[in-house]
Parts: sequence; structure tokens; C-alpha cells
Amino acid sequence: MIALLLILVPLLSGLATFLMKKEDAARTWSLFAAIVTFVIAILGVAVFNKPEHLAFQTEWMGNLGSSFSIKADAMGMMLSMLTAISFPIIFVATWSTSYKKPNNFFGLMLLSQAGLIGVFLAMDALLFYFFWELALIPVYFLCSQWGGEKRIAVTFKFFVYTFLGSLLMLVGLIYIWSKTGSFDIAGFYASDLSIKEQTWLFWLLFVAFAIKMPIFPFHTWQPDTYEQSPTAVTMVLSAIMVKMGVLGLLRWLLPMLPAGSYIMGDNPSTLAVIGIIYASIIAFKQDDMKRLVAYSSIAHVGLMCLAVFSETKSATQGVMIQMFSHGINILGMWIVVEIIERKFGTRKMSELGGVAQKAPALAIFFFVIALANIALPLTNAFIGEFLMLSGVLNSKVTAFGVVYAVIAALGVILGAVYTLRMARKVFLGKTNELTEKGTDITFHEKAVLAIIVGAILIVGIYPQPFLDMMSGLSDSILKSADVIHLLKK
Amino acid sequence: MNALLLSAILGVVMMFTGILVKKNATIKTIAIAGMALLFVVNWMELKGTRLFNFDVSGFMSFNSFSLLFIAIALFCTLLFFLVSGGEMQKVGKYYADYFALIFFITCGIILVSSFKSLLILFLGIEIITIPLYILAGSDKKNLKSNEASLKYLLMGSFSTGIMLMGIALIYGSQGTFDVDKMNFVMEGGKTSNLQIAGMMLLLFSMAFKASIAPFHFWTPDVYDGSPTVFTSYMATVVKAAVFIGFIRLFENVFGALSSTWQLWIAVMIVATLFIGNITATFQQSVKRMLAYSSIAQAGFMLFAVYASNEAANEGLLLYAAGYSLATIGVFAVVAKMTDYSFEGFNGLAKHQPLLALTTTICLLSLAGIPLTLGFLGKFYMLKAAVLTGKYLWLVIFAVVMAAISAYYYFRVIQAMYFKDGPDNSFGATALEKYTLVAICAIIIILGLFPGLLLNHLYF
Repeated sequence: MIALLLILVPLLSGLATFLMKKEDAARTWSLFAAIVTFVIAILGVAVFNKPEHLAFQTEWMGNLGSSFSIKADAMGMMLSMLTAISFPIIFVATWSTSYKKPNNFFGLMLLSQAGLIGVFLAMDALLFYFFWELALIPVYFLCSQWGGEKRIAVTFKFFVYTFLGSLLMLVGLIYIWSKTGSFDIAGFYASDLSIKEQTWLFWLLFVAFAIKMPIFPFHTWQPDTYEQSPTAVTMVLSAIMVKMGVLGLLRWLLPMLPAGSYIMGDNPSTLAVIGIIYASIIAFKQDDMKRLVAYSSIAHVGLMCLAVFSETKSATQGVMIQMFSHGINILGMWIVVEIIERKFGTRKMSELGGVAQKAPALAIFFFVIALANIALPLTNAFIGEFLMLSGVLNSKVTAFGVVYAVIAALGVILGAVYTLRMARKVFLGKTNELTEKGTDITFHEKAVLAIIVGAILIVGIYPQPFLDMMSGLSDSILKSADVIHLLKK
Repeated sequence: MNALLLSAILGVVMMFTGILVKKNATIKTIAIAGMALLFVVNWMELKGTRLFNFDVSGFMSFNSFSLLFIAIALFCTLLFFLVSGGEMQKVGKYYADYFALIFFITCGIILVSSFKSLLILFLGIEIITIPLYILAGSDKKNLKSNEASLKYLLMGSFSTGIMLMGIALIYGSQGTFDVDKMNFVMEGGKTSNLQIAGMMLLLFSMAFKASIAPFHFWTPDVYDGSPTVFTSYMATVVKAAVFIGFIRLFENVFGALSSTWQLWIAVMIVATLFIGNITATFQQSVKRMLAYSSIAQAGFMLFAVYASNEAANEGLLLYAAGYSLATIGVFAVVAKMTDYSFEGFNGLAKHQPLLALTTTICLLSLAGIPLTLGFLGKFYMLKAAVLTGKYLWLVIFAVVMAAISAYYYFRVIQAMYFKDGPDNSFGATALEKYTLVAICAIIIILGLFPGLLLNHLYF
């Protein structure tokens, strides 16, 4: 029931938002709806040990062999939690940004929330596909309507890319369905596909997920889209939507096509490490803060992809923790970028400087978030990245584990370089004409950033409960994905 | 059977209304009532009530598949009357005759979708196309309309000749027109060349009628030149009917020869999808874009013929319904515009929010976005093709093309919502708006619960 409410509350409140004419009403209502969703998500975590509350199944499209089946397992629950916590934060952080046709804006935001949570909870392949698209369409309209100058062309590229990816995925899913006769995930896990079939199905599905994450060389839509979208939407895209791809790999690709993943696994890993280095170097060259964060996101997601295909327990747990941590961290980054842009009217680092003198509170928050972004110990990202790197290093399914781990670690170092460069250029140094007039952040901005910094430190200092929560699921995913075990059988 | 007789009678009735009734509103009401009546009697037959008891089993067979398709076609025509009936007045002064012609076409559609003898197929196709020649040229003072009509007539009669030739060859080898009595595989698994030649000629002529590449050349000019209201009818209900005839012909009659024609149809699918989508991408006029996109959609419908399995039958019904409804919805709005170019749609969302919203839903359905009937249509087609277990590259090619189709459909959405421009539309009456909303509601409801439609196939 809780799982169903997690989808229904944003869906219905989103539809209701379209009818509101007043800006304040729409804004307050959507914040209220987002908080209700958040409370439901907390309830979901609270009753996590009683899975009967977290699953829901009903008849739907019976003649297609599909049913409306949702369930919050550890990963689904955690990503729903991330979505549920992100939306109130996004709404509060962008509270003072005003939009044309606010009812449509907030309505579409809530619809995309419903779609995202649906993707995280769906346990039926066709339903998964439905939500996958349902999350995309509102975001498309959000970016095209309220984005920057080049928004229409850029968003369109984003749309066509992801649409193509998802259609390829659909072909793959239909093919597997033609062998199993049902879209149920358990049947998909048990499908008896030949190695040849798995090999090419792997690519159909991987391309869809790779575009969403994005993995080099499918990433070209991403920096432009992040830059042109309104910041609230950029936050949704980078903090949450990216995780759709990672979840797709972990829940659908790896257990469904174990042999395909085993044989082809080195290809995505190689692409991922190329992406890590490539994105880090480009991030270093950026002047626009939004683009910098966008490229840094490609590097971080590349590491997650690499870890997924290492198929070790520590890496899998690391990926799950890191999905949450990365969402929180990048949300913090965007909030800071948004505040700076609102205060000074620019995102160019070359035009900024000395902001720390004028806005010390903002600077403190930013430095914590920046340190989390470069995975310093005691921050949340350290836990995830450490687990992932050690998992990659000990991977038994690839012969190049050490090479990958070393290059990926290099990416972490490069991450420190560009993040600290941004910190220095924006916050340190002398003030200039533009930053001279700067003021510190307001109370609600402080509150939002404090929540984020709190989340960073809690997960960073005491990750054990999270690791315990992910442990069982990691084992079961790896068990389904275990090729050696399959061969023995 | 019920609807067949009544549609012919109603066609004659409409011709007389042209003489007896002077007010256009009355004529329109009679036509709408007539079409609603046809829908009802056809539905009665689907549920087992027959009004007339003639024995036609020798040359026609009404099964649940054909009756359900006829129901869809009649319902779409009814919606077309409701949403575009007003526009027809602008075409010319023979208002009642246009309705009469459409009733005759309906009669042909019923023949084509339930033929059992090849002669009935031929008759049906001719009864459909001859009124269409007239409708295409009904804007008599417009040179483009004349051109469309003439082009259609010349090309159409040529392909009719080919079809007759094919039927003649089949008759020559089988000695019967009755498809149930035909037997194509002789002892030893051989087939005669006469039969293969006849089948290929039928394949080409059906491909021509359904505007399948490389027999599609007439389509853009005819669709573009004809009055927009009639294009909308031609491109939807009529095309879907041709496909029903097509699939019946190849699934039931030539099913045994599938190994011969399957590759041909696969090649045609590739050509149709490629030419339709790529050319549609480069169009500057929305009307012409829709003409090419209808070629592309025909490529998807051809998957049903290619697969010829149960999923294909179900899928073709869904596809026909989804495609017809959405295209009628889009064309109804296009007919309301003074400027058919993409720029003409700029800012429509601001001036006509409801029209823009309904167009968007229809376009999303055409592009195959989930939660719409258009998605399910595409889904079933892909499913049917995957179930044949052959030519998987064809399926992958088709989805790449579907992604391209999103490009030109979304260009219209972009123009309406994200760009600014003057109001280029005439606006719509309340009835038209309600009908458009109903079309969108049906698209979404059937997109969520296809069983509401498909269950009638079996119960």
C-alpha cells in the first residue's frame, strides 16, 4: 500500500496542480504534496522489515501478460527516499524563482516525481517501460518551456536520444517476453536465453541505460541539457533521473542477462573509465559552473557503471549507497550554483571571486559539499567510492580489474582538482565589482543546505545501517548474475 | 450484413436529402444520425443479432474480427463527421453528396473487410476508390485538387487493372474465386508459377492502395491536394480498411505461401518506413508532413501482414483505431488553420489551449508514447514481428524509425507550446471541441486498458 501511495500521491496532486490559477497556491500545494510523499517514504523505511506493506499488485493488461506490480525492495526504497527527499528540497531551494504558468510547472514536476518513483518500484517489465517514459515526458516539457535560450533544440536532442534508447530497450523486453510469456520480473530473471541471444540483448538494454546515465559516448546530450534547463529541473535530472539508468543496470540488466553481462561486461567498463577521465579533463576546462557540475556527474556515474560490472558484493553495495549519496551531493552543488546565479547573475567562474568574504555561511556549506563531491573520508561519497573501487580491484569477472581501479582512482584525484579549482575561483581570492555587493544566504536556504550537509555527514560517519539494508539485495542480485554458478547448474 | 445493406441505403438517402433538404445543418444531422445507426446495427451483429437473413456465406464471411474492425471504422467515421462535418461545407456546395459518397465508401469498407471471394474484394476496393476520386477533386476551382483527383484516378485505375490481372491468374489456376476452396500447395510442396505471379500482382496492387513504398508516389500529392477534411478521411479509415483486406488476403488466402512473400513484405516495410520517415522529416508543411507520416505509419501496419499471427490481428485493430483516431484529431485542427506550415502553429497553445492540448495528445499517440493507444498499436506490431522469430533486424530498424518519427511530430508540439506567434486558427465550435476531447479520452483510456476493445474479439 505504501508503495502505491508513493506513486499515487505525486500523480494525483500533480494533476490537481494544473487546475490552480494562483502562483502561490500552486507552489504551496506542490510543496505540501512533496512533503506528504516524503512522510510516506519515511513510513516506508520505518516498516521496511515488513515487506507486505511495501508491495502492491493488481490485474492490468492481462492479455499482454503484464500486471501492475510494484514493490519497494532495498534499492527501490532507497531511491524512492532520495526522490521523496529531493523534491521538497528542490521546491524550497528554488522558492523565490518565479515561473510563467506556475501551475503547469509544478504540475509537471510532480508528474515527473510520480514517474521516477514508478521506475524505481516497478516489478513488471512493461510497467517499468511505462514509467520510464512517463518520467521523460514531463521533463521534456519542463526543459523546453522554462529553460534557457537554446532550450528547444537542446531538449529535443535529449528527448530523441532517450526515446531511441527506450525503444531499443522495448524491443529487448518484448524479445525476452516472447520467450517467457509474461512481463513479470521473476520470470525475466528465470528466462532461459542462449548465450548468443543474451549477447545482443545486452546491447539493446545497455544502450538505453547508458544514454540515461549517461556513459561515454552517449553523453553528448547531457551538459547542454543541464545547462539549459531551469535549475529545479536540472536537479531532478542529475540527482534522480540519472539513477534510473544505474537502477536499470542493477535490477534489470545484470540479473536478467548474466551471461551477456559476463561476456560483454568489459565493454561498458572500458567506456566507463574512458568517460571518467574524459569528463574529468573537460570539467577542468569549464568556466560555467553548471557545465562543470554536469561533467563531474558524468565522471561519478561512470564509476558507478564500472562498479556494477565488477559484480562483487562490496562494489554492488557501494553503487547503491553512492546512488543516494551522489543524489544528495549533486543536489547540494546545484543549490549553491543556483544561489550564486541568483545573487550575481552569472555562473561564470572567471567573473566571480571572493564570495566567501561576503557569504561565509554559503562558503562553509559549499566546502562541505565540495569535499563530499571529491569523496573525502567522513563524507558519504567516500563510503560509496571506497567500496566501489575496492570491489573493482577484487573483481573476478574481468581480467582488467586493477587497470580499471587505477584509472578510476585517477578520476577521483582529477575530481578533487576541478572541484577545488571551482571552490578557489568562486569563493576564495579577492572580491571584484560583481561580488562586492554580495550578501549571505537567507534562513530557508541555510535550512535546506543544512539538511544536505547533515545527510552527507550522517551517511559518511555511520553508514552501517545503510550497508545492512543493501546487503541482502546485493547478495540476491549477484546470485542471479553469477555465471559460474549458472554453468555448474 | 446489417451495416452493409443500411450503408448502401443511407448513401441513396443522403443523395435525396441533397435535393429535398435545403439547410446544411439538417443534412449534417441526418448524416451523423445515419452513421450512428450504422454503428449500432453493426454492434448488434457483433453481439449476435442479425436484422437481415440473406445467405451470403458463398462470398462473404462476417466474423468477430471483421465486425469489430467495421465497428472501429464506423465509429471513427462518426467522430470524423462530428469533428469535421462543419468543415465540409467550405469545400463546395454539394454538401449532401459528400456524405452520400462517404456512405458508399463505408459500404466498400464493409465489403473489403469481410470478403470471402476475390471478386468481392475487387468490388469493395473499387467501391472505396471511385467515390474517393470524386472527393479528392471536390474542390473544383482549385487546381491542386483537380490534379490530385486526376493523378489518383490514373494511378488508381492502373493498379486496379493489375489487381484484376492477379485475380484472373489466381482464378485460372484454381478455378474458383472462393478463398476457402483454394489450395496453393500441390503434391510435393510445389506451387505453380501462375499462382505466384497472381499473388505478386495482388501484392503490388494492395501495396499501391495502402501507399506502401515503392508504390507510394501518388500519396503525398493526393493527400496534399485534396481538401483537408477528405484527406483526413482518406488517410485514416480508408487506409485501415485496405489493410484489413490486405491481412485477410495474405493471412487466409496466401498463408501457405508465406515463405515466398514474407521477405518481399519485409523489404517493403523497410522501404516504406525509411522513405516515409525521412521525407516527413524534411517537410515544411504540417499537412504534407502528415501525408508522409501516414506512409510511415502504413509501414508499421504492414508488420501485421508480415507477421500474420494472432498478435498481428489484434494489433492491427488497435493500430487502426489508434492511428485513425489520432490522425482525425490532428487533421481536424489542421483544417482549422489558415497557415499549414510549422510556423503557422507557433503559439497555438496560447490562443487555443484546448486545440493545442488535443493535438498534442494525438501527436504523442502517433509518435507511440506509452499511455496512448498509439503506443499499444506499435507495441503489438513489434510483438507480432518478434513472435515470428525471423528478421529481428527489421524490428530494430522499425524502432529507430519510430524514434525519427518523434522528431517531426514533436516539431508541431514545439511550435504550439514553446514558440510565439499570431493566432492562425479559425477556432472551433463547442461540438467540435467536445468531440476532440472525446477522441483524446478514448486514446488514453484504450491506451491503458486495451482489453476494453480487444475482448470483443472473443466474447
